[in-house]
Amino acid sequence: MSEHIVSRKIYLAIFAALMAGTGITVWAAFQNFGPFNIVIALGIATIKATLVVLYFMHARYSPGRTQLVIVCSVFWLAIMLALTLADYDTRSHDITLAAPRVFYCV
Amino acid sequence: MWIFLVTEVLFFGGLFLTYTINRSAFSTAFGIGSNTLDITLGAGNTVVLIMSSLTMAMSVWSAQVGKKKLVSIFLIATLGLGTVFLGVKAIEYKQKFDHHLIPGHGFDMKYHPTHPMPGDDPKELALEKKEVEEAFAHDPDINAHGQLYFSLYFGMTGLHALHMIVGVGLLIWLIKGSFAGRFTPQYNTPVEVVGLYWHFVDIVWIYLFPLLYLIDRHR
Repeated sequence: MSEHIVSRKIYLAIFAALMAGTGITVWAAFQNFGPFNIVIALGIATIKATLVVLYFMHARYSPGRTQLVIVCSVFWLAIMLALTLADYDTRSHDITLAAPRVFYCV
Repeated sequence: MWIFLVTEVLFFGGLFLTYTINRSAFSTAFGIGSNTLDITLGAGNTVVLIMSSLTMAMSVWSAQVGKKKLVSIFLIATLGLGTVFLGVKAIEYKQKFDHHLIPGHGFDMKYHPTHPMPGDDPKELALEKKEVEEAFAHDPDINAHGQLYFSLYFGMTGLHALHMIVGVGLLIWLIKGSFAGRFTPQYNTPVEVVGLYWHFVDIVWIYLFPLLYLIDRHR
C-alpha cells in the first residue's frame, strides 16, 4: 500500500513517546489542576492518538486522499460533539430531571 | 479501510458523547464509580496495548523489507499481547461482579466498602467508605446514577473488547498466511490493513483509559 517504509527508529521513538504520555497521564490524574484535569488528560490522549495516526498508521506518508478522509472523520466527529453539547448546554431545564428513576434500586 | 475507520470513529464518538453528557450531569456518581476501577490493571493494560501496536507496526515493517520470519514473530507477539489485554479485562469484569457493581438488581455502590474482599487494604477501604458516604449525602440517587456510569463502562469497554476479539481473529488469519510466506515487499496489504484496524482500536483505548479510570483521582 504505502511505498514509504517507516524506519524502526521512528517506531521505537513513537513507542517511547506513547509510554511517556501514559505515565504523564497517570501522574497528572493524581494532581489537582481544578477544571484543567480533564483538559490535560484529553490533551495528552489527543497527542498520543495523533502520533499513532501519523506514524503507526503511516498517515504522514499517505496520499492526500487518505489524509482528506482522516481529516473529514475528525471534522464530522467535531460537528457531532460540538452541536450536541451546545444543545445540552443551552437548554433551560436541568437535565438531571430526566434521570432514569426507573432504574433506581438499592 | 480508512473509510470503515471513519464510520468507527463516529460510532465510538456517539458513546463518548453520551458519556460526556452523563458525566457532567452526574459528576459525583461518575467520580465514585471511576474510583472503584483498578488503576494498576488499567494502566498496565494501556502499556500492553501500546506494546501490541508497536509489534503490529514492526510486523508491517518486516513484511515491507521482506523478512518473512520476523512477520510471523511480530504477529504472534501482537496476538499474545492482545490476549493478555483481554485476560486482564476479564479479571476486571470479575471484580465488578464481586463488588456488586453490575447494573441491575444487585447493584449497590455501598456494598464494596462494607463487605471487603480478602485481599483489600483496610486503610484504603476506610477511605473509600468515607468517600462513598459523602457521595450518598451529596447525591441520594447515587445508586441510580452510578448504574449509568457502569452501564457506560461496560458498554464502552465491552464494545472495545469486541473489537479486540475481532482483531485477534484477523491476526490468527494473518499468522496462518505468514507461515505460508504470503507477505512480501510486493504484497503486504493485508498486514497493513489489519494494522490500521489494530492501531484504531489502540486509539479508542487511549481515550477510554483516562476518561473511565482517571477522571476523579485527584481529590
